[in-house]
Amino acid sequence: MASWGRRSSAVARRVSAFFTVDKAVQIRIGMRRYPFFNPAVSSALVPRPWPCVINMTSLFLVDRFTSSIAGSQADSRRADDDDNDNNYPAIDFPGGKVTYTTKLRFISGSSGKRIPCYRVLDDNGELLNNFNEVKKELAVKMYSDMVTLQIMDTFFYEAQRQGRISFYTTSSGEEAVNISSAAALSKDDIIMPQYREHGILLWRGFTLQEFANQCFGNKDDVGKGRQMPIHYGSSKHNFVTVSSPIATQLPQAAGVAYSLKMDKKDACVVAFIGDGGTSEGDFHAGLNFAAVMEAPVIFVCRNNGWAISTPISEQFRSDGVAVKGQAYGIPSICVNGTDALAVYSAIHAARNMAVNEQRPVLVETLAYRVGHHSTSDDSTKYRSLDEIEQWKTDRDPVNRFRKWVELNGWWSEREETELRSSVKKQASLMKAIQVAEGRKKPPLTELFTDVYHLPPSNLVEQEKQLRETVNKYPMDFPSDVSL
Amino acid sequence: MLGVVRKKMLGQSLLKIRPAVSMLRSYSSAAKQMTVRDALNSALDEEMSADQKVFLMGEEVGEYQGAYKISKGLLEKYGPERVLDTPITEAGFAGIAVGAAYHGLKPVVEFMTFNFSMQAIDHIINSAAKSNYMSAGQMSVPIVFRGPNGAAAGVGAQHSQCYAAWYASCPGLKVLTPYSSEDARGLLKAAIRDPDPVVFLENELLYGESFSVSDEVLDSSFCLPIGKAKIERVGRDVTITAFSKMVGHALKAAEILEKDGIDAEVINLRSIRPLDRSTINASVRKTNRLITVEEGFPQHGVGAEICASVVEESFAYLDAPVERIAGADVPMPYAANLERLAVPQVEDIVRAVKRACYRSVPLAAAA
Repeated sequence: MASWGRRSSAVARRVSAFFTVDKAVQIRIGMRRYPFFNPAVSSALVPRPWPCVINMTSLFLVDRFTSSIAGSQADSRRADDDDNDNNYPAIDFPGGKVTYTTKLRFISGSSGKRIPCYRVLDDNGELLNNFNEVKKELAVKMYSDMVTLQIMDTFFYEAQRQGRISFYTTSSGEEAVNISSAAALSKDDIIMPQYREHGILLWRGFTLQEFANQCFGNKDDVGKGRQMPIHYGSSKHNFVTVSSPIATQLPQAAGVAYSLKMDKKDACVVAFIGDGGTSEGDFHAGLNFAAVMEAPVIFVCRNNGWAISTPISEQFRSDGVAVKGQAYGIPSICVNGTDALAVYSAIHAARNMAVNEQRPVLVETLAYRVGHHSTSDDSTKYRSLDEIEQWKTDRDPVNRFRKWVELNGWWSEREETELRSSVKKQASLMKAIQVAEGRKKPPLTELFTDVYHLPPSNLVEQEKQLRETVNKYPMDFPSDVSL
Repeated sequence: MLGVVRKKMLGQSLLKIRPAVSMLRSYSSAAKQMTVRDALNSALDEEMSADQKVFLMGEEVGEYQGAYKISKGLLEKYGPERVLDTPITEAGFAGIAVGAAYHGLKPVVEFMTFNFSMQAIDHIINSAAKSNYMSAGQMSVPIVFRGPNGAAAGVGAQHSQCYAAWYASCPGLKVLTPYSSEDARGLLKAAIRDPDPVVFLENELLYGESFSVSDEVLDSSFCLPIGKAKIERVGRDVTITAFSKMVGHALKAAEILEKDGIDAEVINLRSIRPLDRSTINASVRKTNRLITVEEGFPQHGVGAEICASVVEESFAYLDAPVERIAGADVPMPYAANLERLAVPQVEDIVRAVKRACYRSVPLAAAA
């Protein structure tokens, strides 16, 4: 650890040649080794696009916490040269060698400068640097799916408002997080969602009819009408069934990843969580454990600013969520969740890291929850209409991406009209809803199956009794239960 | 063999059965002795050997050989990939195991005591128990949660609660409660092989107890059916149901009652969910009297369920009111005298049986 301390201060001195403290240019580089930083980049908040395979051997942290000592570049947590303690060898405490310092200095709980947010496109949909990871075919599919997702959300939301389904959650404002993540992963990667990631299912081929069937809980529902709406699950699409208790999927993701690791599969697990979910105990357990087990999981925290009515300031006091990753020994990044290309590139890089290095990665996407938490919520009660409106229009991820796709000549107004108001889309969606609504509900048998692998005798008996009762007193039972 | 089960080989050298049980192929008629601890260890060993997907996870299960030495020798034999020492997070490792089970592995999760399982109970109930149903059969969870349950000796309230009733009330789970070494081996093997989530409630005080085991029990393919109770002692006059440690108490009570001319039938439940209602009811229809015994709290306990079942199905056969014996309705105290008063004793069972038989019970209570 001593040599590491010396190395980091040596690098820090080299970096200091390019920056002075009073420019207050402090770059959070997370867990990346960044041996050379181009000073010509004017905005320190735009690092170069990450290469795909990253060497994690050293922990390099430029001082991001305000240092009161002018001219001191070295980061405050590592051994300072002026501490005089490099004469003493690093001490072998359980858990690794630690060098000493004679300076009484607490690591600040918060800093003036936050971790910068990675982006590829500017507000007008123009590239800020070279980027050629996404070609036309992929871009067009990404864009179409984002639009379909938006329309689907609108329709299902309205269906709930009309009393046709009981519940719905939209992903408005996070279409890019959904679709770009899905696009950057392979179909073998196992998704463990929270509940705002149905765009991934859409990308992977879950049909509008299948979505509608689940929301209506009819007999064609893949889930046999067992779950409330939006609790989709499809083993065929490697999408683990949505589970309501928050954050339980995080340690479970580490477990699934452990299984993949034992099978040596070229796949990883991608577990989603919201900003609010990071407060759950399972967040700590999941990340900590994944790091210890060296499990190939990508933890994606969709930080959309709100957990129902709880804003970030009441959820945690850390610098977002990405900063927490380092505490667990997990490489992390903060990404602009309204920038489809940034999300794509970050998730793609994260996947390579997770699979090739067999380790967890944390990706925090910053976005805004444009819609209400769910159909049971009216967010205008706790936030201003102006705020919602601004994010809905000015920073809409779908619009930003469309601009880029159009700039490339891959999309036009004509295609836009075709896609959006095409009879296919609207009618297809409306038709799916109508068909789903009209379909029969699951038969009585499905009340008793799947509790166990094989039905136990008491359930067999109960089913028999129920059938007899329904036959005997049909007027006491709904008429649409097929026996 | 069943009556011999109670024989304790105290002070004599026990025939220790090593984990590699398959070596003992001689089918001699001499009954071997095996502690419950060794029974569990051998069952784990054999199932891990037979199926690569089975792995063990929990606090101290590896290097420490198990908090109660149940997993002794397994880390050495199977390596750290299959015997995982976990950080201290019940919620964490229960969640991980459930996730691993979703993807086809067969985890055996050890809780140091089921009292700590409460920190993980969401994963057990909301994920493990309900997933197969909620996913319409797409996500099965072949997981076993095991560990000591119920009262030990002098460990106080947070280490002594019995969780049988809690877990057994949840559809989707199977709940097993072994008593003897035969139970321990057969039921643990059955639990590991079962595709459904199983809660396996052991008892710390039984770990060191020795029981006779036949060669059939020692065979690596031995397995007991889940959902079948065992009649440990056939009787005519009264049915006593019990599980785990209380089976021993009930058998002792039966011995005492025999001297008073009461022939008690003792049923070792073995399986709380599914509960073997048919065996229990058949027995009550024979004896016409029922006493249920359990260590746990009385309200909403296992005995409550058994009594309700018997009253519903065999009411006409009852010659006396059904009676439940359970632990005191207080968090377990530590002081030895108070602890003794909080847990059912053999004498409590004897007196209850006599009440059911309308025999007079001496009014002066023994201190």
